[in-house]
Amino acid sequence: MTDNIVGKPIDRKDGPLKVTGSATYAGEFKIKNIAYGVTVQSTITKGSIKNIDTSFAEALKGVIGVMTYKNALKLYPFAGSISGGGKFAEKELLPLQSEKVFYNGQHIAVVIAETFEIAVYAAALIKVVYQEDKAIYKLSQPEALKYTPDVAAEAATVPKQRGNATKVMGNAATKIEETYTTPVYHHNPIEPHTTAAEWKGDELTVHDATQNVFGAQALIASMLGISKDKVRIIAPFIGGGFGSKGFMWANSILAPMAAKLFNRPVRIVLDRTGQMFTCAGRRSVTIQKIGMGTDAAGKFTAIKHYIISETSFVDEFIENACGATKILYATDNLEIVQKLVRLNKGTPCPTRAPGEAPGTYALEVALDELAYKLNIDPLQLRLINYAEKNPQDGNEWSGKNLRECYTKGAASIDWSARNKMPGVTMEGDSLVGYGMATATYPANRSKATVGMKLYQNGKVTAACGTQDIGTGTYTVMAQIMADSLGLPIEKVEIKLGDTIYPQGPGSGGSQTMATTGPAVRAAALTLKNKAISLAVTDKRSPLFGKTSDEISVDNGRLFLNTNPGKGETYTQLLTRNKQTMLETEITTEVSTRAGAKPAEKKPEDKKANSKNESIGNTFVKNDEEQDRKNISFHSFGAHFVKVLVDPITCMVKVDKVVCVMDVGKILNSKTAASQIMGGAVWGIGMALMEGSEYDPNTGRIVTRDLSEYLVPVHADMPDFDIQFIDKPDLNISPVGAKGAGEIGITGITAAIANAVFHATGKRVRDLPITPDKLL
Amino acid sequence: MYPFTITKSANIGEAIRAVTDTSHFIGGGTNIIDLMKMNIEKPTLLIDINSIELNKIEMLPNGNIMVGAMVSNSDLAYDNIIVKNYPLLSQALLSGASPQLRNMASVGGNLLQRTRCPYFFDTATPCNKRVPDSGCSAIKGYNRMNAILGTSSQCIATHPSDMCVALSALDAVIHVQGMQGKRTISFEAFYTLPGNTPAIENTLRHGELITHVEIPAQPFASNSCYVKVRDRQSYEFAVVSAAIALDKNGESIKQVRIALGGVGTKPWRASKAEQFLTGKNYSKQIISKAAEIALQDATTFAYNAFKPALAKRTIIKAFQNITG
Repeated sequence: MTDNIVGKPIDRKDGPLKVTGSATYAGEFKIKNIAYGVTVQSTITKGSIKNIDTSFAEALKGVIGVMTYKNALKLYPFAGSISGGGKFAEKELLPLQSEKVFYNGQHIAVVIAETFEIAVYAAALIKVVYQEDKAIYKLSQPEALKYTPDVAAEAATVPKQRGNATKVMGNAATKIEETYTTPVYHHNPIEPHTTAAEWKGDELTVHDATQNVFGAQALIASMLGISKDKVRIIAPFIGGGFGSKGFMWANSILAPMAAKLFNRPVRIVLDRTGQMFTCAGRRSVTIQKIGMGTDAAGKFTAIKHYIISETSFVDEFIENACGATKILYATDNLEIVQKLVRLNKGTPCPTRAPGEAPGTYALEVALDELAYKLNIDPLQLRLINYAEKNPQDGNEWSGKNLRECYTKGAASIDWSARNKMPGVTMEGDSLVGYGMATATYPANRSKATVGMKLYQNGKVTAACGTQDIGTGTYTVMAQIMADSLGLPIEKVEIKLGDTIYPQGPGSGGSQTMATTGPAVRAAALTLKNKAISLAVTDKRSPLFGKTSDEISVDNGRLFLNTNPGKGETYTQLLTRNKQTMLETEITTEVSTRAGAKPAEKKPEDKKANSKNESIGNTFVKNDEEQDRKNISFHSFGAHFVKVLVDPITCMVKVDKVVCVMDVGKILNSKTAASQIMGGAVWGIGMALMEGSEYDPNTGRIVTRDLSEYLVPVHADMPDFDIQFIDKPDLNISPVGAKGAGEIGITGITAAIANAVFHATGKRVRDLPITPDKLL
Repeated sequence: MYPFTITKSANIGEAIRAVTDTSHFIGGGTNIIDLMKMNIEKPTLLIDINSIELNKIEMLPNGNIMVGAMVSNSDLAYDNIIVKNYPLLSQALLSGASPQLRNMASVGGNLLQRTRCPYFFDTATPCNKRVPDSGCSAIKGYNRMNAILGTSSQCIATHPSDMCVALSALDAVIHVQGMQGKRTISFEAFYTLPGNTPAIENTLRHGELITHVEIPAQPFASNSCYVKVRDRQSYEFAVVSAAIALDKNGESIKQVRIALGGVGTKPWRASKAEQFLTGKNYSKQIISKAAEIALQDATTFAYNAFKPALAKRTIIKAFQNITG
């Protein structure tokens, strides 16, 4: 038998395309007669446009026109989010609909020209006169009012209070209370936000850099007041999103609007000098106050977590930093308070591990502070408070091997050998410090439909309207298919990122593989069974008259288990039966989100029934009908970090990072490790250098390009040791895999901050930890 | 980017004759092209000097090193004589930018690179350096990376170069040629303080081309180093930096050079600190005192109050590096 390919560190199927530049990203499709759109942005922070003079731009040779609020298509107002997962980031600010300015950097015009260069030049010639109003752009302004958001997004089954934390805290044997702040972060995917739109009659095709093709389809159709089936979104490759392409932004609708207005296909690419830092989302500032009380043995009696984050005047987004606090440690008393402040800035949006990344920073640093105060090893303190069940609702975990993560990580970095005293250990000319923290992220899964065809030539294709945002979806789906169908991976082709395919999930919440994996498996097993059924009922088949469980498939050949010599290939079987292909379309519908209701079955739905073979299909049914009501779906892990700090200049170098992750079955150990490493690299950025700054007098972004907004470079990279527990979590799906895209960034920032404390004896509670803060 | 034409010059004469009121020379282009893309520089004519034979590093009979203006930052950094005799210069060059940029960037262009003050780069904000008399956004703005020495009420932008900090310590001499002929400018006289004219950064006349940088022979410069403190390990401008060279006779300091980066509106020579140290016996305490003197005239702003302390530490670190 051929070895299973699931789990193997195989190279990405799309790797050669990407390194040779032949993978087509949204801005790279050859579109006949394409025109280039460049947007102009407001330079005031609040007010309105009194006059916009486009005459100099329009007079340039090669300029096709300028779109402003005066001549732009009127859009249909809508609720902001669409069932099926699409969310426009700024529901009160559909672009170019009025003269109003809500934030600095808001799109106020689009220049359309024959070349990109002319469009850029023309954009610089547009003169704007504003009526400027007093803006609220920083949390310290007295006008910046805190309010309690209506947390509709959060299911009522997940309370924010347990017991009485305030009362119990008063009697705690040991307690700490500290405030931690994190700055604004920008996603900076390597592919900027890009949209190319082309109308053919009343049909619209959009090449969009999106993490959610079906979301974009629904939103664009809704704004234009046309039917969804008139809009096709194409996104076969996405150059990273990290959440910034999860919500839809103005560029995705501006390109179709301009294409309509000027009757030309139009491409808009946001630039990296300002636009990617103003019109494509960000992670909000957080101010987090954490209180912790323990008994004399270090066992939590109470935890409090107060969070302030920012949103815009045109929509609401909550950096939900309390997620981990609610579930990570056993305590009977918990109090969470979450406040928002509206500012004249663009709307924040999900950013890799939204909420959890800054939330685990504050929580896990607070735990470290508490450990030193208690004189208990930070790792031991976490074990003392280990949550055997979800403390929120008493549910069993879907799978939790966190103790094993701690043990392996501690051994790999030689945790117990360190001198526990902070600020005293030297290695060469550097202070050396060790820190650790826990990682956690929800294990999400939702609905997916996969269409699959097994051809006479032995090749198989699967199509699903989900996306590979650079994470390896193409590759891992192919691995699952190859094993389930008994085919070599070379025979497998995956088609993603197009609304002509069956609907898949948005690529967010680390759910893509956990969601599409079981659907791919079910479809592949269905096709394999169809082939076996065909063989055992075909008198000409060597397998005629056998039962399906007597038969296996390997390397494209069906054979009798007891006599492998007896059998035939898919190709022989289909050719003889004059079948060009076997085909199926399977929907799996399981939601693991806390409080989500089980999917309703609609067997009476004839339309769905005709193509959707999930009903009555054993591979799907057992999965969907499994009782998940009393299970909490989360992933866990542990980070251990070693840092070196120059005692004179206070420059910090992360020397070693050990990540031990429990994310269920590992489907591809290479792409999974890349995800964790990527998350940890983000954590290095958060801990040591990243942060967007706004002008204190105007609210305009100052760190507006990658020269000012620092992200880690190769020289910042530590020695990485990434390990997995690799135990399938069969509660989430028969595939056993949980997401790996986001958990890597949770906890890591705290582990680094804790290591810096251990090295220097200085506790910095305001990220990033730059040299000046350690003087 | 505004429209422009480009012409290639085969020799110095051709290049300087091609100059117009709105022309700009282009060497490696690692700075001017960015500035043009951002509508900060708007030359109508670019004069490409890459074909001119100015790419040699030569030792003159008197032992001085003559560096052609078109020598790349990489070639200068890895030159055997520079590595051995002027480690502070090699280290400064290698601490700047990235290998790709260093391969393109010329020595002459490095001397003329513009500030990285974020307000200079944002045409939607006032900046006296970019548009005279429009105001300074940095003085009361986000100024963590801005200067604390040589500032004026009009401008607090730092000179961003690492190489120039080392060249300042080495008393390099800049050779230029224009329609009026050739002349040399001492390093100290090359850069100007912002004062009331921050748009003017040096004493080069419009149309003059930098042809060479001459580095005086000074054997003690082999005992030197460059220390750069920044917010990440590579590919980032200095928060503060220090280039130092030390000549000791026993414990007595015969000669010393201290220049600072990331703190000054030009590459900053700490002459008072050098004078203080000269003739004294070397000790940690005396270096610490000299560092105090080097920063005694600093004026800090809302976001960079830490810079004097960090600069002092950087000087101390640099001396520690070469004395152990």
